[in-house]
Order: sequence, then structure tokens, then C-alpha cells
Amino acid sequence: MLERLFRRRVYWLFLAPALIVYTVFMVYPLLSSFGYSFFQWDGYIREGFSGLTNYAKVLFERPYSDRLVGALKHNVMFFTLTFAIQTTFGLFLAVMLNRGGKFLRACQVAYFAPYTLSLVVVGFLWLLLLNPTWGQVNKILAAIGLGRFARPWLGDMATALPTIILVNAWRWLGFPITVYLAGLHGIPEELHEAARVDGATSWQAFRNVTLPLLAPTIGMVSILTFIYDFNAFELIFVMQGSSGSPFYATDVLGTFFYRTAFGDSTTGGEVGQVGLGSAIAVLMFLLVCAASIVGVWLIRRREVEM
Amino acid sequence: MRMSRLLAACLVCTAFLAVAIGPAAGAAGKTELTFWSWRTEDIDAYGKFIKVFEAKNPDIAVKFIPYKNTEYNTILATALQGGTGPDIAQLRSYGGMEALAAAGYLVPLDATTVPGLASFPKDLLKGATNRHDGKVYGVPFAIQTIQVLYNKAVFDKLGLKEPTTWDEFLKLGATLKEKGYVPLANGGKDGWTLETLFGGVAPNFYGGNDFADAVIAGKTTFNDPRFIHALKKMLELRPYMPPSFMGVGYTDMQMMFAQEMAAMMIAGSYEVGTFERLNPNIKIGVFPVPGEKAGDGGYVAVYVDGSYGINAASKHREQALRFINFLATVEYGQMFADELSQPSAVPGVKPNHPVLAEMLSLAEKKSTPHLMLVGFRFEQPSGSTLLQTNLQGMFSDKLTAEQVAAEIQSGLAKWYKPFQK
Repeated sequence: MLERLFRRRVYWLFLAPALIVYTVFMVYPLLSSFGYSFFQWDGYIREGFSGLTNYAKVLFERPYSDRLVGALKHNVMFFTLTFAIQTTFGLFLAVMLNRGGKFLRACQVAYFAPYTLSLVVVGFLWLLLLNPTWGQVNKILAAIGLGRFARPWLGDMATALPTIILVNAWRWLGFPITVYLAGLHGIPEELHEAARVDGATSWQAFRNVTLPLLAPTIGMVSILTFIYDFNAFELIFVMQGSSGSPFYATDVLGTFFYRTAFGDSTTGGEVGQVGLGSAIAVLMFLLVCAASIVGVWLIRRREVEM
Repeated sequence: MRMSRLLAACLVCTAFLAVAIGPAAGAAGKTELTFWSWRTEDIDAYGKFIKVFEAKNPDIAVKFIPYKNTEYNTILATALQGGTGPDIAQLRSYGGMEALAAAGYLVPLDATTVPGLASFPKDLLKGATNRHDGKVYGVPFAIQTIQVLYNKAVFDKLGLKEPTTWDEFLKLGATLKEKGYVPLANGGKDGWTLETLFGGVAPNFYGGNDFADAVIAGKTTFNDPRFIHALKKMLELRPYMPPSFMGVGYTDMQMMFAQEMAAMMIAGSYEVGTFERLNPNIKIGVFPVPGEKAGDGGYVAVYVDGSYGINAASKHREQALRFINFLATVEYGQMFADELSQPSAVPGVKPNHPVLAEMLSLAEKKSTPHLMLVGFRFEQPSGSTLLQTNLQGMFSDKLTAEQVAAEIQSGLAKWYKPFQK
């Protein structure tokens, strides 16, 4: 009796370490920021319960609402562009790499290498390359006769965010390529052979055999990209600070949240608004959570159909 | 075998004894004060200051613990909130200090507990005063001034003189540009450097202290034509800023000036030490930004950089007070100014460094508060954040000067009581 009880409960013992760490560092902060968002704060002191006031402020009161909408748009742009790059260019590279060979293996390593670098390193590296005075990007443009395209890439409101998205893609692309490759390896060779016997061109084979079988992989990678891009913060913080410089052109939900909750470290000396910041964090969480659930559900449904 | 085990046991025992007795014997009756700071780069200098203090107060030992500049505010606030933290802390000025004072984490100071405070001018103490109760919570340590720094060698080579009117200033820029120099190193990628530019230029066109006092008191607003005029004047500097200046960040500005690519930079007094470290041969001159006519303008924007305060939860308040009193003496101020090449906030200190001395004498002639920091950096959105981001908009041609002014006004009206009438 006792033994059976022990045997039934013993798995808790093995789960406990991970569960404790997860609870202390994930669940507790999540719940506490949920709690914080319902209170009024004066600097670091918690004052009275204020219901949904913080949410109302962030959603409907200027200038917070402007910033929220602006930041959300930038996150959407961040995700859309990254998604577009990885499912066209990234997928193309993966299919090419899938042909095998020594040279292509080397290429595969090269594409994956930036992904192993820390975002901070990547940020500083590109800050130097893009520097309008000393950076190589403008110099190379001038050297090949495209000097008129030289510009302050990170200081120009029109180019700042797209530039950061491209830098991010440069680092990130190795991940989707690797996952796509794994997916491509999983497609049985017989199917391609059958297609070839039926006289399919290589485009037709890709369109009707490879792509449908790779769809779940592409879907999963897209969901991961979505979660990652809607929580984007480090790269922008390293390259532009937390004020969404220049003039909110690179402001995303992450920087908006950070600036509001902890005070703008780039302007200095400002006091954080814990309540408002927590409200933004909760909204971010709800958005990412809801969208991910819908995404996973869509993929599952497709898999069942197939 | 047995022998070695015995030996090991003995060793362990002695180790324990050493640990248990060591510090107690070493610090017989000595109180250890902890002192937090964001100046990791000044660790040696503070070591020297502390030695001077300890020589006079043999019963106190002070431990200097610096944290990373950008994380300091959070670290200090979190510690104080949890009822721990240092005995003495370096505090940010104005709004940064006020939040901690208002929460009751700091000990209020006055001339009875810190006699040295009596000699500080009122404007300086504002940097360590909680506006809600009017009490002072820190001893200011440094002031900073904003003016034009220029490369003397370049000016001499080209036969250029310090300008006395705005037109002469612009003409100076044109000449320097012609000769292949970047006239002004100032860029716009890091918004806060635009606030520094504003501090150097704008007071000369919004009418110095008249406007500053009026707007802080809520007697006028930022939509005042004087303020808008000053913003427009800033744009006249655009041709003399570096190519692609919106991509030029703070370190780029520093490098351009230190490496003598740029001949001038509108900058804070805190740059002098950095420039001389980056380029020991550089000869720096200073002048204030001139106004429309000779005699107009010439304002130097001044602000308190920070102060030293006592943690209300400190168990050694009496000893901490003695240390704070030491920090308010002219002796300390002089060491601070000479060792760190920064203007000390202690009245009566004469810096040995000629450039610093000149900056201070300019500021004594005509000074004005660095507007957003002194008056409007207390809550969100702070005047600094609004000014910095909107100036980026203006310098990128996305906003007009009028729009910048309106944005600042409506942003501040969210929390600044005098604007809410």
C-alpha cells in the first residue's frame, strides 16, 4: 500500500527541480506583474487598487495609446518582414543545401554561425559597420559607385527599423534553414522519384510534393518567429537604446514596456511607472499567447486533414 | 594515514578560528560603512578620498562599492525597497533622487546635522531637494555646465576667434567646413545629446532665466513664441553638423572631437577629462553660445550632477553623518575637482584645471538652469524624454518647431501641476 503510494508519487521528486525553477522564475513573476497592473504606483511605492485604470490609460489615453499602436505596428512589421525573408530566401537556401555535397555543407555551417553569436555582439558589430562616419557599409557603397545611397542607416527614420530587421534576419536565418533542412530530410525519397516518373518538373515536384509535406515545419518555425519577434527587445536596445530612437521609429512593445516600467535609461534619471509597465507586459503576454494558440491549432487541423 | 587525518582536522580547526577571530580582531571597535556609487571608473580616486577620511576618523572604515552606471538606479531602488542597501549612496539629481526621498528611504539633512550645507547656494541644493516637503536629502558633489568646447590648435592655425554674435558663430562654421573640418561634432542618433545641444543653444534665444523661471512656475507654456523661436534657431546649426548627423551617436561625437576631425562640440563640462585621456595633445578652449547681438546670450546651462545621501535604514547613522559632513568640506571638494577633473559642487573650490576654471567663471557670469533636467524630469513622460525624441523628429524634418512645442506641452500637462490649471 505504502509502496504503491510512493511509486505513484515518486515522479514528483523528479519533476520538482524543474517545476520549482519554473514556478519561481516564470509563473511567479508572471502572476505578480499581473497583480501589479491593477494597482496605482507612486514611483516604487504601491498605492491603492485601481482596477483597470492602467489598461484604460495604455489603450485609450494619449500619448500612451499612440505609442502602443506605433510599437504594435513595428512589431507586426518586424514579424512580417522576417517571415517573408525566411519563407522565401531561407526556404530557397534550405532546398539548395538539401542537395548535399561538401561545399554546401560548409555553406550550411556558415549560415548557421551568426545564430550562435549573442545578440549584443551582433548589435555592436553592425553598429560599427553601419556607422556613417567610420562604418564599412557606406564606404563600400561609395567604392562601387553607389555613394548616393549612403545614409545614416540607423538615424534615418525611414531606414532605421528595416535595417534592424535585416540585421536580425542575418543572425536568425540559420535557425529556420536548419529546421527546414531537418524537415526536408524527413521527406521520403520515393515520393520525389514517383513525381519524377510521372514527369513532374522540379518546380512541380517542389510545389506539390515538398511544400505540402514541409508545411507543418514552416508553420512551427513561423510560430516561433512570431513569439520571438513580438518579444523583440535586445537587438533594438543595444543598437538604439530604449527610447525608440529616432523619434519612435524603432519603438517596439518591448522597448515601450521597458521604458515605461523602469524609466528611460537612455534619457536618465526618469522614474518608472510599474503599474502602466505591468499592464503593457500583460497585454503583450495575452497577445502572444492567444496568437500562438491559434497558430498551433491551425497547424494541428491541417495535419489531421493530411 | 591517521597522522594526516589529525593534521587535516587541525588545519580545519585553525581555519575556523581564523575566520571567526580574524575580522573581529582586525577591526576592534571599527564601524564599517558601505558606500554605493555608479562611478566604476572613479574607484581609485574614491579610494584616495576615503583614506583621507579614515586617517581623521580611525574608528570608521568606508567600503566603496560601484555598480554599472545604467543599472545603478534599479539596483539602489530595489535594495532600499527591501530595507537593505548601503549606509551612504550616491544619488541622481532632481527627479531621480526625489522618488527615493519621497518613499522615505533617505535621511533628511540640514545645516544642524551637516553644517557645510549652509554655504551651498539654493539653486544647487534644488538638485537634492524633495519638492514635496522642501527638505534636502543629499550633499551635491558635482555640477556640470554646457557650452561650446573648441580645438584651440585648429582655431589658431586658421586664425579664427571666439564669436560674439550668432552670425559670427555661423560664419565660423562655414569657414571651418570650407577648410575640411566638421565644424560641430554634435549628432542626433542618441537623443540625449540633442538635449545637451538644446541646453547650449536655446537659452540664448528663449531669453535665459526669464523664460525658464516663468515656464517652471507655470506662468507661461512651451507654446510660448520665445521657446519656438529658440527651437528654430537650433535648426540653423544643421549645415555645420557632421554629414549624416542623424546617424552620429555619442561616442562618434567624442571621437570626432578628440581626434581633431571636428573643431567644435556643444557639450558638457564632463567631456574635458575624456578628451584629454583620448588625446593628450588636445588643447581645449571654451566659449558660451552667443546670442543675436553681442552681449545677448552667452548663457551657460548649469545643473547638479548628483549628491551623496544617507540610507534611512542604516544602522550607523551617526558615523554616516560624519562621513557626509566630510563630503561637504572644501577640502573634499578640492580633492574631487583635482582628482577627477570635474567641477565640484562645494562652494569655494577653485579647480586647478584651467579649462574647468574657465567654465566655472563663465557660469558665474551668466548661468541658467538646464531646463528639462532641473524643472521637468520628475515623472513620465519627462520633459527630457519629450524634448529628446521630438527634437529627433524636428531634425529629421518630421515635425515643425511648433509641433515639437505642442507635443512637449501636452505631454508635461499629464503630470506637471502648474500646467494643469
